[in-house]
Amino acid sequence: MNDVTMTAQGTVPLVEMRDIRVSFGGLHAVDGVSLSLRAGEVVALVGGNGAGKSTLMHTLAGAHPADSGQILVNGEPVQILTPRDARTHGIEVIYQKLALAENIDAAGNLFLGRELRTKTGALDDSAMASATRDVMKRLNPRFRNLNTPVQSLSGGQRQSVAIARAVHFNARILIMDEPTAALGPAETAQVRELIEQLKSEGIGIFLISHDIHDVFDLADRISVMMQGRLVGTVDKNKVTKDEVLAMIIMGQAPAGRG
Amino acid sequence: MTDATTIDSGPGATGRLARARTFLSSTGIDTRQAGMVTALVVIWAAFHILSGGDFLTSRNLWNLSVQSASIAVMATGMVLIIVSRNIDLSVGSLLGFLGYVMAMVQTRWIPETFGLGFGHWYIWMVALAVGVVLGALLGAVQGSIVAYGGVPAFIVTLGGFLVWRGLIFRMGEQGQTLSPLDGTFRLIGGGPDGSLGEWRSWLLGILGCVAVSASIYLSRRRRRRYDLAVRPLAVDLGLAAFACAVILVGIAAVAVGYESPITRKPTGVAYPVVILLVVTIGMVYLSRRRRFGRYVFAIGGNPEAAELGGIDTRRTIMKTFVLMGVLCAVSAAIQTARLNSAVTNLGVQNELDVISAAVIGGTSFAGGIGTITGAVLGAVVMQSLRSGMMLLRIDSPSQDIVVGVILVMSVGIDAALRIGRRRSAAAALAIGLVVAAIIIQTGRQ
Repeated sequence: MNDVTMTAQGTVPLVEMRDIRVSFGGLHAVDGVSLSLRAGEVVALVGGNGAGKSTLMHTLAGAHPADSGQILVNGEPVQILTPRDARTHGIEVIYQKLALAENIDAAGNLFLGRELRTKTGALDDSAMASATRDVMKRLNPRFRNLNTPVQSLSGGQRQSVAIARAVHFNARILIMDEPTAALGPAETAQVRELIEQLKSEGIGIFLISHDIHDVFDLADRISVMMQGRLVGTVDKNKVTKDEVLAMIIMGQAPAGRG
Repeated sequence: MTDATTIDSGPGATGRLARARTFLSSTGIDTRQAGMVTALVVIWAAFHILSGGDFLTSRNLWNLSVQSASIAVMATGMVLIIVSRNIDLSVGSLLGFLGYVMAMVQTRWIPETFGLGFGHWYIWMVALAVGVVLGALLGAVQGSIVAYGGVPAFIVTLGGFLVWRGLIFRMGEQGQTLSPLDGTFRLIGGGPDGSLGEWRSWLLGILGCVAVSASIYLSRRRRRRYDLAVRPLAVDLGLAAFACAVILVGIAAVAVGYESPITRKPTGVAYPVVILLVVTIGMVYLSRRRRFGRYVFAIGGNPEAAELGGIDTRRTIMKTFVLMGVLCAVSAAIQTARLNSAVTNLGVQNELDVISAAVIGGTSFAGGIGTITGAVLGAVVMQSLRSGMMLLRIDSPSQDIVVGVILVMSVGIDAALRIGRRRSAAAALAIGLVVAAIIIQTGRQ
């Protein structure tokens, strides 16, 4: 359970999760896991199905509160019980199934739950469309279909809507759940570019992924989970893919680093 | 006007059909609703010819407008219920119960129980207020059980269907009819005095024209301010002119054109139709321009996304049922006022008509899709079928068969078009029309 919190850099991590536990009935989905994330860093969270990666991230996102443990944002202990709580701390999630309402257009999705309103309390669709256009210009200049339901968009475009939602509201901490799982090669490349750009803006990213290539391309550090426990967190440059695979499959941390 | 600010016309729109669709979407006209209006025109023309010129008369259309009103009012609420992936089977019984209570208020409780007598100016308001508040409350009860109790809406409202109907019989000993109702209350149902009359109908029409033009202008100005694409000016002007023409011709031909058989004066727009207009405008505003409506559609499109977006989905669901209860009260007032009495079987089978109207109007049971105006059109289509077949002297069981066939057909066409199977849609249309024609032909008395 030896985590790499507070390393040589000495800076306060964006997020620190300490000894998080979540159980469903008798099952310990997350069993005493500690993780940290610094600004401009990508930490990949890997492990087999049911390893507890998604559940752990749900607790950070406010989708499912932890039974015990502590979460610190910028060194301050915070309480995250709902998605709203998470957002007020600058934590945004991009879910595997994208969490977009398919029947609503890009602007409607971008502002879902945080709609801009006019003085009379009506939806200010024009203001939302305009803001959407501006943020999309930054992320994906080819994006045009602001007024069509997102179901008619391509996977990459939908992914950019989901990411735009996080970026527009000044997320500092981003959780990406399998961001490239549903995408073709060109779109995957596009999302990778996007992640590099977000990193350069100082956003910290938790990346949940099954794809070991994605993980090695994008992550700075890799945390491996198995059966609710953290096997270990390793620096990408100091391990081989085989070593990480061994951690995922056997639950063995590489010698000297576990 | 198609300069650099044009952002919503996708690239690669080739082919005539695609171009036509792009044009339609640039005008903001929904292709599905355009199809429905076409269907309505075809139905009207067919009945007009088959009935030897009796259908498209002021009298018939005026009656059609009044008869559609009560179902259409409820259908606007049913759209939001179905869009959020629920259903309300209790509306007919709830309408019956609320109608009965409102009749009790004015025929028993105010005059006898409180000993205040009949004919006071406030009676209609008290009766209506009691109905609306009770409707909201009972809607809230059903909605809470659905949203917070985790019981499927189908089951909760099936229970409501039995409970509200049963309560009518418990209240009215041996199912007695409550009559006559308060004179002012009766105006809500239309009838000889229950309409706007000539000059007020024209005033309504002019107000309608001004409102439509203003809303088109304001939306244009708003989009301009944010440097968003606006429709070509000619299209907007055309839309405004078209809407005004429809409103004014409708009033001239239907409302003012119809002379009351009793007063021998032009009747004007009937109050139930005025109520329907107000309800429709209010519901369109609620569903398209308020957060509540946006959330209802988000829940229907992706309940998880709505939840993760921080939307209080349960509260939103509950509100849809509260709204439905209020609309049931409004329809109950229209129906009892029209009958000048409350009977125990008031609203029987209304739930089926209301759901059918919403579904014919393009509301999808998969959730997330549906429009208020579509549902109102759906109610008019249903009532047109019934009233047209009545003119052709087709017996009531055959009418039911035809409405049933058309209902399934319209949903079949919709489903086929949604996945781009135009040939299947045409086949569904052909089969439906042939079956309907056979039933109509053999059902003539």
